Amino acid sequence: MILLESVLQALLTSLLVGGIYGLLCVGLGLIFSVMRVINFAQGEFMMIGMYASLLFFDMFGFGRVLGDWGGLAASALAAGAALYLFASLLHPALLARVTGSRVTGTEGDGHYPQLTLTLGLSLVLANGGLVLFGSSPQTIRTALSSSAWTIGPLVGDDGLLFVNKARALAFVVTAVVVAVVALFITRTRSGKILRAAADNAEAATYMGIDVTRAHRFAFALGAAVTGIAGGLIASYYPFQPYVGVEFVVIMYAGVVLGGMGSIKGAFWGGLIIGLVQQMSTLVLPVQLQNSAIFVVFLLVMLLRPQGLFGKNIDRA
Amino acid sequence: MTVPEANLSAKAGRPLWLTLGLAALYLGLAAVIGNPYILLIMTLVPIWATVGVSWNVFSGYSGLLSFGHAAFFGLGAYTVAVAFANFGLSPWIGIVAAAGVGALAGALVGIPTFRLRGVYFSLAMLAYPLALLYVFEWLGLQEVALPLKREGAALYMQFADQRVYVLIATVMLVAALLVNLWIARSRFGLSLLAIKQNELAAEAAGINPFQWKLRALVLSGAIAGVAGGLYAVVLVIVTPHSVFGMLVSAQALIFTMFGGVGLVAGPVLGALILLPLGELLNATLGTRLPGIQGVIYGAAIILIVLLTPGGILPWIARWSAKRKTSTAKHSDAVHQAQHSGADDPVPPTSPTTSPTTPQATLKPPVQRVSERAGDKAAGGVILKVQGLSKSFGGLQAVQDVSFEVQRGEILGIIGPNGAGKTTLFNLLNGFIEPSSGSVSFQGAELLGRKPFEICRAGIGRTFQVVRPFARLSVLENVVIGAFSSVPNDALAYDRALGALRQVGLERSAGAMAGSLPAVHLRLMEVARALASQPQLLLLDEVLAGLGGGEIEQVVQVLMGIRDAGTTIVIIEHTMHAMVRLADRLLVLDHGKVLQVGEPAVVTSDPSVIEAYLGKKWMAHAAH
Repeated sequence: MILLESVLQALLTSLLVGGIYGLLCVGLGLIFSVMRVINFAQGEFMMIGMYASLLFFDMFGFGRVLGDWGGLAASALAAGAALYLFASLLHPALLARVTGSRVTGTEGDGHYPQLTLTLGLSLVLANGGLVLFGSSPQTIRTALSSSAWTIGPLVGDDGLLFVNKARALAFVVTAVVVAVVALFITRTRSGKILRAAADNAEAATYMGIDVTRAHRFAFALGAAVTGIAGGLIASYYPFQPYVGVEFVVIMYAGVVLGGMGSIKGAFWGGLIIGLVQQMSTLVLPVQLQNSAIFVVFLLVMLLRPQGLFGKNIDRA
Repeated sequence: MTVPEANLSAKAGRPLWLTLGLAALYLGLAAVIGNPYILLIMTLVPIWATVGVSWNVFSGYSGLLSFGHAAFFGLGAYTVAVAFANFGLSPWIGIVAAAGVGALAGALVGIPTFRLRGVYFSLAMLAYPLALLYVFEWLGLQEVALPLKREGAALYMQFADQRVYVLIATVMLVAALLVNLWIARSRFGLSLLAIKQNELAAEAAGINPFQWKLRALVLSGAIAGVAGGLYAVVLVIVTPHSVFGMLVSAQALIFTMFGGVGLVAGPVLGALILLPLGELLNATLGTRLPGIQGVIYGAAIILIVLLTPGGILPWIARWSAKRKTSTAKHSDAVHQAQHSGADDPVPPTSPTTSPTTPQATLKPPVQRVSERAGDKAAGGVILKVQGLSKSFGGLQAVQDVSFEVQRGEILGIIGPNGAGKTTLFNLLNGFIEPSSGSVSFQGAELLGRKPFEICRAGIGRTFQVVRPFARLSVLENVVIGAFSSVPNDALAYDRALGALRQVGLERSAGAMAGSLPAVHLRLMEVARALASQPQLLLLDEVLAGLGGGEIEQVVQVLMGIRDAGTTIVIIEHTMHAMVRLADRLLVLDHGKVLQVGEPAVVTSDPSVIEAYLGKKWMAHAAH
């Protein structure tokens, strides 16, 4: 009975955690599927989203005016907007010089400047964060992170499940953002432009699509989505400027699992990674939680590099 | 963008003496310095330069970008620390063990991971050290301190005089550099560069990509392991984050890319500039700006990528070359053109000498003529293809193809586009596996063998779209082919020169392949295939895109090759050249053999005219 309870609790938690991992992954997946760039700095975008959300909630008074629920949601969304601006400035200044229609599709050499550039960016942002914010861990302090709803008892007196309120809020906002992004990409004109640029940059150019602009848009949107996720995570998870490294591999794992190039896949991949991480706590010591993710990540890479939803089985 | 390749044609002695001289200078400088902080930095510079060399030996040559060298470094550090702290083993022994552990880790990581390419490889490499980091935390090794030995301290690598550490670190770096120099000058480096520039072509030329990559990673892992071991000795305390952390892998990559990727001196220069700069800023501003070191490293690599992607060494070389040419134009220009792959190939009048084995020119053009002549006289079937089929999804690219190739003949394969001609070649040289059928070459079954094995068995090939190693010289391109047939490098260069002479390209030996005109590229590919001393040569449209005079030139070369005893199967659309060249013609249409026979018979066959040659040919032939 105890076992069943802990399995159910782990399942519930993994759903909540996985949802937000899915959102993180959608941001990285968006950038990859359109620009074919592995963004090393995506973890730092999340970190910036966390600090931005903290600033909005505490210093800009979102928390006081809108209360805990509204304040947290609004701060996360505002953090997303801030990252949208930041990334749309970053793209023409740095990324566009080593990416774009010139480089998309080229194998080998083409990737290396991109990978190293975003690696450098990640170092600058993480350490710049250390300069600005210091190394002591922060969270957005609300009552929500330490309170929970109780479900049950499901069977007799047993089967009590807890739903952390901050995580529940994060999950709801995630669901809304994912739905909006999905509708945007599948239904709107701009979404179609993004997909065309992603599918074949050269052909899109001939159809009169400004691929560079589409890339800039995708980069900013991807950063914003990950920033929102970061803002939400900040409401229940203590963070410091190096937090990006902890999460960036989760993002890679989710995106690769879902299939590089598939935005839908990125969400489900993230969800599954959350599931693996939380369920592994049932059998593995806490320190090895992340190792479980790496093992899944490596297994997917080695056995099915095209992922669950990937169309392209080319490993190159 | 061009990433500079290791300069393989450098004279043997100079870099060696330069390395030793600079190391002596560095040690001399350390000898007169008493400040312990500066001495620590002077110890760390060669340690990190060694990590950079380790990264460069693998990623710089193979082109596979590793974000996971911290795995080898960290394992080396923990090997030394745990062996000392828990088992009382001296770090002198520990460091040797660290090399072994690093090499083993290189093999264990490489074997599964080399299946991946490009970004997938880089991402997978990223995961190894980070996974190890958590494992070591879980093992309870959050902090391993090397115990202090009062007696026999030197036996445990503990010295009161810090200058001894500078000496040890410098000796380690010099050893790593010597290994790198050896790689740069041997088939080790050249094979890896060929794989990096065009893996398929390298494999078809007899190079086993997996084996070379694995060797490089094993060697690289050993070097990083030693560096990590010494790092543990110098810093005394080892934590998972300090040796497996992202910054370790990043530093290896950043120092190398900053100095110059694929250049022996690259990581040394990078570490020499960036590490003291970072430390200095950290020491002066570190308390107020705690992350300043990382910001500097990050900014440095961003600037390098945007401004001079090959690193600062090539940039310095370009800059000084510009200055030189403006002052003393004449003597340098030819030299420069040869080495930087400038626009035009070496003019035919210039006396080009082979970089490594000038004496080779004195030798007779290989003894293969007599061997092969004997083969030809023997006659018989050299290649037998039976019921070969390949389908891609619903498309039957090659259907039940059977034919034989006679020793010493030229068999021409013709047919409309999409008839399956190139697919047939890809089946014969092992690029793709057939759905059914068999191919026997000199009585041995070829199916299931890898392209490099088939090349070594004696089948060379060229490609419809030329696949040169663009940033290697012509001679280097051809010597790649020769490696598979001879274990000795000097002999391989002899063979390569022989092959170049056979196609009449010996004058362009020193030119960069990327700078060659089309006809020379075609001939170079033929020479590369010849250098492996094949008994059978598969030529895929070697005449495509060539002008009239050029076609004649290549046809003469091919006839010469046939007369020297090599059997040829050639795909070609240029019919007037084909009827002169081929002893027999095979017509493919929709993946099936339509006709085989004498050119005169085949070209007058109505079904062949309908399927391929067309009415115009008939009218032409009637005249």
